[in-house]
Amino acid sequence: MNMKTLLAAAGLAALTAAGAEAQVKVGMITTLSGGGASLGIDTRDGFMLAIEMAGRDDIEVIVEDDQRKPDVAVQLSDKMIQSDQVDVLTGIVWSNLAMAVVPSATAQGLFYLSTNAAPAQLAGPGCHPSYFSVSYQNDNLHEAAGAHATNAGYENTFILAPNYPAGHDSLNGFKRFYEGGLAGEIYTELGQTDYAAELAQIRASGADSIFFFLPGGMGISFLKQYADSGIDLPVVGPAFSFDQGILQAVGEAALGVNNTSTWSKDLDNAANAAFVEAFQETYDRLPSIYAAQGYDTANLLLSAMDKADIDDTEAFRAALGEADFDSVRGGFGFASNNHPVQDIYVREVIKEGDIFTNKIVGIAMEDRANAYTEECSM
Amino acid sequence: MNREAMLNAAVLLALVAVPGWALWAGEPFTITLATRAVIFALAAVGLNIALGLGGMVSLGHAVYFGVGGYAMGILAWHAQSYTPLVEALAIPGTKSMPVIWLVAVISSALAALVIGVLALRTSGVYFIMITLAFGQMVYFFAISWPAYGGEDGLSIYVRNGFPGLNTLVPVQFYGLCLMVLLAVLALNWRLARSPFGLALNAARQVPQRVETVGLDPTRVKLVALVISGAVTGLAGALFADLNRFVSTTMLSWQMSGEIMVFVIIGGVGRLFGPVVGAGLYVILEHFLGDLSDYWQVFLGLILLAVVLFGRGGLVGIVAGRARTHG
Amino acid sequence: MSPILIAEQVLNGLQFGVMLFLMAAGLTLIFGVMGLINLAHGSLYMIGAFAAAAVAGATGSFLLALGAALVAAALAGAIVELVVIRRLYDKDHLDQVLATFALILIFSEGTRWLFGSFPLYLDIPDWLSGPVTLPGGIQYPLYRLALICVGLLVALGLWLLITRTRVGIRIRAGENDREMIAALGVDIGKLYTLVFALGAGLAGLAGALVGAIQSVQVGMGEPVLILAFVVIVIGGIGSIKGALVGALLVGLTDTLGGIFLPELFKLFTDDAAGATATGSAFASMAIYILMAAVLVWRPTGLYGAKA
Repeated sequence: MNMKTLLAAAGLAALTAAGAEAQVKVGMITTLSGGGASLGIDTRDGFMLAIEMAGRDDIEVIVEDDQRKPDVAVQLSDKMIQSDQVDVLTGIVWSNLAMAVVPSATAQGLFYLSTNAAPAQLAGPGCHPSYFSVSYQNDNLHEAAGAHATNAGYENTFILAPNYPAGHDSLNGFKRFYEGGLAGEIYTELGQTDYAAELAQIRASGADSIFFFLPGGMGISFLKQYADSGIDLPVVGPAFSFDQGILQAVGEAALGVNNTSTWSKDLDNAANAAFVEAFQETYDRLPSIYAAQGYDTANLLLSAMDKADIDDTEAFRAALGEADFDSVRGGFGFASNNHPVQDIYVREVIKEGDIFTNKIVGIAMEDRANAYTEECSM
Repeated sequence: MNREAMLNAAVLLALVAVPGWALWAGEPFTITLATRAVIFALAAVGLNIALGLGGMVSLGHAVYFGVGGYAMGILAWHAQSYTPLVEALAIPGTKSMPVIWLVAVISSALAALVIGVLALRTSGVYFIMITLAFGQMVYFFAISWPAYGGEDGLSIYVRNGFPGLNTLVPVQFYGLCLMVLLAVLALNWRLARSPFGLALNAARQVPQRVETVGLDPTRVKLVALVISGAVTGLAGALFADLNRFVSTTMLSWQMSGEIMVFVIIGGVGRLFGPVVGAGLYVILEHFLGDLSDYWQVFLGLILLAVVLFGRGGLVGIVAGRARTHG
Repeated sequence: MSPILIAEQVLNGLQFGVMLFLMAAGLTLIFGVMGLINLAHGSLYMIGAFAAAAVAGATGSFLLALGAALVAAALAGAIVELVVIRRLYDKDHLDQVLATFALILIFSEGTRWLFGSFPLYLDIPDWLSGPVTLPGGIQYPLYRLALICVGLLVALGLWLLITRTRVGIRIRAGENDREMIAALGVDIGKLYTLVFALGAGLAGLAGALVGAIQSVQVGMGEPVLILAFVVIVIGGIGSIKGALVGALLVGLTDTLGGIFLPELFKLFTDDAAGATATGSAFASMAIYILMAAVLVWRPTGLYGAKA
């Protein structure tokens, strides 16, 4: 299946229909092969769904696979900039790939709209007026988990994350809004699959609750082993380990666990209802948070295209900054460093028929921006 | 001129002609792709010195590639953030390619020396696994070491400079990389014919013969491994500059595997084998990726076919049986 | 740190070690008998896990799933041996590395093609789930105890197979003198296929057993493969006994290093978070340092033949 150019532009039609409207070329770099491909596929499908539903023909999207390798991502961005002459880049799932691509792309005058990765460097000193994160700031879900732990009255939490930059950011983000004490704090190996040793430490620590950030397969392993360990404490984590794509692989072990998310499929607003229904109809599966973020990103871009010409950089930046679109997350705006201001919810894993999914049980933080607005001077 | 020499000349001509063709055909990105191929070729030429001349099957060359990359990343990062490299001595970072190359070569040579001293205690399949394991050790250390970005890597916003050139122009950077590759190929050619090269060849085939003339075969191999590591390290520095980014991916064992693939599909022990192999790999990666999301299946099948039916790699297929390798 | 915690961690190290043994045993057997270095051994581990997940999903039976894993991986191993590996025996290690590297690409992306990109579901059966209380008050998951037992039983079975059966005699003969055993009228081709399938089956079994408590996904085999390499380098290539000792050493070093090194670093500094990160960084290198130390002491591993 060749997904390279899904939507060829009908240039003539655009010219006659709306003479002033420029044609926008989007380069999407995302992970479509190897481990982690499910995240990129959802991002792409959500993004494409929005354009299809809007029935737009003045936008062309080129999709390429970064194989989750930074050097390939850089090479693709060079190609899209030099050969395809795209106006906007988007789609990168992983922070390390975003760090490789975003600074040089924005320096070359392109817009970058992040569908997921939003590392602290790009929110603080490295922020840029042409870089917009439509997803969150990386720390947000961890901060919300900290706030939730405080609200729930936990006083002695055990926290763990992999030993790499996103893991450090995660535990720091959690501690920023957690007011209780720590029963323990450990960094595990990246890609670790066996958590027996950590579970033994948790059992011995006398903790009253657990916070963990273990994305992808690590989280699946941890939850299955936790459920089998006989430890019975409340568990909190960010949405990544409870996403629609991997919940089925965790199974019963995830039931009842609380997780923080900016989106959930049962969020009660019209945009979300339309999105969830259309996604299921088109792709025959439930959407994930990555699909939702991809969908919102495309709608943000379309809303800006209606207001300004992309060749007028200043005007287009302003149009993006207004965030004048119906987000599936409900209320949505941008903080001064172009990162979202939004509510962050607490979800609980439930079983609907045969399918494991999430339902919203509360709000952890209202209108949360991020911790780096002060550090960004633009 | 024999067939291998004709093939080499054709490859050389093609490398020189790429930028002209790219500009004429309006495909400027081809130059970036070609630069990638040239840098991979350089890394593979490095491995070929250990593998083709010395018979050392190193499955850990990503270490040197990555060390070279991090030499560039760390120096340029300090220069870009105006922080001193060594606080106590106030040694600053740098954005000058010649200095970075020197540091990359020295540090990857040192890495090769340390690994070589331990790994050359063994041979054959032990050597393969040990080099692989040392590669993993360095990889895991780099991921969890917080100082230089860990898994996020280091982003360098502007490509480093070379006196007299504007390296930001793709053609000029390509020309520079090609010059380095040709210089190293010339060195490789001289090395193979030097007394050291002959001793190394003997150490690969009949170690006893080397001993009888009073040389230590292990030491000869160690020197070859250090040179090999240094060349691959230089390639790493260039690769980091091509991407303006360095991360632990450069240290991963898949990278080691890919460098080895360049050498083998091109032709082990052939002067231009790594160049042909790297070129072919970049072309396959680019065009197969367009055909299918599952392109790696087809890449695997092609590699398998080369091993099973094409002894001596592509250069071997074109030029007939090897003269140097046996 | 209480004695109970330490005892529990030792059990964890043992459990990790016996699972590594299942991987390493096949690798070392294949190398010992056929002289082949097989990078694709991790793919067979993955095939086992995927087969188990598919069968468990369809039938709901964990034992059937284990059987399916064993059979699927052994079958895949036999097919690969007949089609590809057979042509590699008389080639040098370099060609073997490249060919089996190519097999990894084919297996990994092929599996993703068949099963999709999402991780699969495989869980512990009810009759093995939950913790049990051991003497001394240690709470330990029953399933992990079962893993230790299965691993040790397989080790015993392998030992019996190799020392007490006709096939075992042939395998040992094949390790020592290939021409001789062929001259004695043993079908060496059939023996090789059998040994390869046996090694593959063990890897598949390990994949299924471990898959129940971890994530069944594409690429799960490679990290284990590299650890298995470390194990057989430490133990001595070709030696089953070496593989067992090496696997237990690696399992214990990795588990205990991860616990004690961060604690050790905390003794020297007030910066607890920094010490945790640095300690974890060194813990992830511990087994490679162990390997280097063994090599300096004995270049052919603990039980390897003298070069």
